[in-house]
Amino acid sequence: MTDKSSGPMLAADGTPLKRSLSRALRMQKVRALLLIAPLLLFVVLTFLAPIADMLFRSVENQIVSETLPKATLELADWDGDGLPSDAVYEATFFDLFAAAERKLHTRLGTRLNYEETGMSSLFRRTGRKLDDFGDVYLDQFKKVDRAWSKAAPWAEMMSDPDWLAGQEALGRGDAGPPFVLRAGMETLLPRTSDAYQTFARAMQEEDDNPADEKPWATVHIALAEDLATQDVSTYTGPGKDRLQATAALVGSADFETLDYTAMFLDINDNWGDTDVWRTIKLYSPAYTSGYFLNAVDMQLTPDGPEWRDEREQIYGLLFKRTLYMSLVITLSCIMLGYPVAWLLANLPTRQSNLLMILVLLPFWTSLLVRTSAWKVMLQQQGVVNDVLVWLSIVPDDARLALINNQTGTIIAMTHILLPFMILPMYSVMQTIPPTYLRAAKSLGATNWTAFWRVYFPQSVPGIGAGSILVFILAIGYYITPAIVGGTSGTFISNRIAYHISSSGNWGLGAALGALLLAAVLILYWAYDRIVGIDNVKLGG
Amino acid sequence: MNNDQGAFLAENSQSDAFVEFERVQKSYDGETLVVKDLNLKMPRGEFLTMLGPSGSGKTTCLMMLAGFETATYGDIRLDGRPINNIPPHKRGIGMVFQNYALFPHMTVAENLSFPLEVRKMGKSDREAKVKRALEMVQMGQFGGRRPSQLSGGQQQRIALARALVFEAELVLMDEPLGALDKQLREHMQFEIKRIADNLGITVVYVTHDQTEALTMSDRVAVFDDGRIQQLAPPDELYEAPQNSFVAQFIGENNTLDGIVTEMLSDRCIVRLDDGSLIDAKPVNVTSVGEKTRVSIRPERVETRIDRLGEGAHTIKAEVMEFIYMGDIFRTRLKVAGNEDFIIKTRNAPDQVRLEPGRQIEIGWLPADCRALDAT
Ligand SMILES: Nc1ncnc2c1ncn2[C@@H]1O[C@H](COP(=O)(O)OP(=O)(O)OP(=O)(O)O)[C@@H](O)[C@H]1O
Ligand SMILES: [Mg+2]
Repeated sequence: MTDKSSGPMLAADGTPLKRSLSRALRMQKVRALLLIAPLLLFVVLTFLAPIADMLFRSVENQIVSETLPKATLELADWDGDGLPSDAVYEATFFDLFAAAERKLHTRLGTRLNYEETGMSSLFRRTGRKLDDFGDVYLDQFKKVDRAWSKAAPWAEMMSDPDWLAGQEALGRGDAGPPFVLRAGMETLLPRTSDAYQTFARAMQEEDDNPADEKPWATVHIALAEDLATQDVSTYTGPGKDRLQATAALVGSADFETLDYTAMFLDINDNWGDTDVWRTIKLYSPAYTSGYFLNAVDMQLTPDGPEWRDEREQIYGLLFKRTLYMSLVITLSCIMLGYPVAWLLANLPTRQSNLLMILVLLPFWTSLLVRTSAWKVMLQQQGVVNDVLVWLSIVPDDARLALINNQTGTIIAMTHILLPFMILPMYSVMQTIPPTYLRAAKSLGATNWTAFWRVYFPQSVPGIGAGSILVFILAIGYYITPAIVGGTSGTFISNRIAYHISSSGNWGLGAALGALLLAAVLILYWAYDRIVGIDNVKLGG
Repeated sequence: MNNDQGAFLAENSQSDAFVEFERVQKSYDGETLVVKDLNLKMPRGEFLTMLGPSGSGKTTCLMMLAGFETATYGDIRLDGRPINNIPPHKRGIGMVFQNYALFPHMTVAENLSFPLEVRKMGKSDREAKVKRALEMVQMGQFGGRRPSQLSGGQQQRIALARALVFEAELVLMDEPLGALDKQLREHMQFEIKRIADNLGITVVYVTHDQTEALTMSDRVAVFDDGRIQQLAPPDELYEAPQNSFVAQFIGENNTLDGIVTEMLSDRCIVRLDDGSLIDAKPVNVTSVGEKTRVSIRPERVETRIDRLGEGAHTIKAEVMEFIYMGDIFRTRLKVAGNEDFIIKTRNAPDQVRLEPGRQIEIGWLPADCRALDAT
């Protein structure tokens, strides 16, 4: 190596030492990675992915702009004062009609109902009545040619001949290849093309052949509008006579046109309510902070976020209660668990093994059984009350309410989480040699001082680990508060469960979950800053 | 002494012994006695070492004195007053533990200040005393460190300083140097001895390193089987062991087994297993016909008989092995059937090196040849 002392170090085969080292290490890393791959995959699929999905759902809001694409575009120009323009009503008509045909309007109604009550029924009713109003045009067209009310003439006129030929060969219930518009139609009848395409696509989504289906009223309306503005004299395709005759009718003075605003107000008075339109406009962006604002008792208004009415503020209270009760549970676990952990660590092996089995015993019983047992113990006619009455500590007519309230939740959860406090404390205490206590006593400390100044500080890491464990478990606990908590002893997680499984408001549930996650992370961070996470020991 | 222990120690000093064990017995399990019959009197200011093999009950004695174990039978007195019923924290005895037991969550200064705090001493007094104690062990600048940031030797000094800072008159040390390497250990032995002498404290020191015991102590108590086998100053212990166990345990020792054939006033005649007769000083043999084991220190055996004075005893020997050790020569001989007879000779200019196989004549003074019990 003397002649190459300035260059990089080389391995025996002449490759640079660094490279051959990293190649050797890579094999080890790959092997290590393969070993943990199943777990990694499992964690990513079942844990990280759902969390990411939850975080995404808490802000995702594409349903409005997807269901009402045209209306949200038109609403962008509306200043929020008075009623929106007729164009907005028209766009809404087209969007809602298409949505109603595909039964999507009720979903949107449910979504908007979270923000403004009454939206759900408004959308449901409107969807039912839209059909009746669209027929104004068809009725007039039929006077020119009854063919307008049939499927085939429309299909011949609007679709590409080759595509149509292909469709004729299909059997029932076969949608065929995607609809193709006749060449030139786009410029000749733009709105009609748009409406017919929307219709055709919706039909094909339901595995129907558009060529066999009567077009929606939206197509008729679009045609009437097109004929009022477009020159169709150049058209030479199928049904050209019919089209030109109809154009003449539309041009004539006695052709009856539709007033969308009036129509919507006729369907339901609420369409004349500015708040309805404001809500739609507010929630038209694809992403919204609305769920999070709801989760902290605020709401989105055109003037920015605002506090909800006092009477509607529930989540702040629930969060506070969850934190407070988790804290109480953690503290009671410390108080009850510390002496037990101390005994476990200091008794002779035989006795401490027996005690350890007793500590672990609850783990061998189902959580539901344990919680239900508390119901039996704590109810008004339950064991605890009976004993207290028998001992004449409480009078028979004033039995204590120990269940279906905060007391019940605290008692049951302290019991259930106690092992999670004892075990980390025990494993830390086990590593504290008894000579420290002896040393302290030989230096003149009383039993109490020796414990408090010497033993206790060294057991703090165990208390820390146990507290973090118990607190984090408690803050997200669900089953026990649901069973013994009544109304005053439920946690935020019970509310999350309600939104996920009953109300269907997943976005709000996700936002509440995300806030809970954030709260835990902040607490963890604070703990790290104050106590230091290195000081947390789960074992030797 | 400005604490209450001092007061009680001072008022009851009619007995001359400062620490006294009287017929003390100890059993942990109720079946075997770990300490069988312990009698010990220590004057104030003495440095006493308990030396003995593992399991001989040294720590147990120390713990009884400190108050962490109770004696099953017998009395322990401190300055004339029985302390059996006084809890450890009221005994005012300083203690250095084998693994130091420095409180890991406190700094060095806090560790030292702890015994003063529990005695409710004022802050300025405390600081002055802590400073003085740290300087005494030459650790003045380490007050702010944590024990885990110190080397083993430094921790040892702090443990010592902590046991001394509250001015205990009696300090117990249980193998305080066990975890240190040889060089550091020798240095610390010197240091502990110096400090103990300066302060005039009474020390009970436990070790199973005999060199440590011999170099440091005023007196050594050799423990075996729950009893003190001999309690004597180091030189007496080495040169005049009272029984075979002590002779074997302390230093190197040659033994020859035989039977007492004649008892004279200051010496006895022993017939060895091969029939040869030697003179020996009777120590714990009393009658003719008794089995005995004579003990001779290797360095008291001369290869050049002319150097010994009148009355020397000589015997034939065969050289088995010669080991060169620098400052001394170590020669293994076969004497009266015993092939493990060691002699040590100084590497002097006129000293000859003995080749194996050579027949020589060795000799010793009868006073150095002690007839002890045969075990
Ligand atoms: N807490 C205890 N419970 C039961 N037996 C014990 C206890 N402590 C010590 N013993 C027993 O008492 C005997 C003496 O122990 P001790 O610790 O006093 O010995 P030692 O002389 O200090 O030994 P070493 O040099 O190894 O420290 C041993 O046989 C030991 O097994
Ligand atoms: Mg010991």
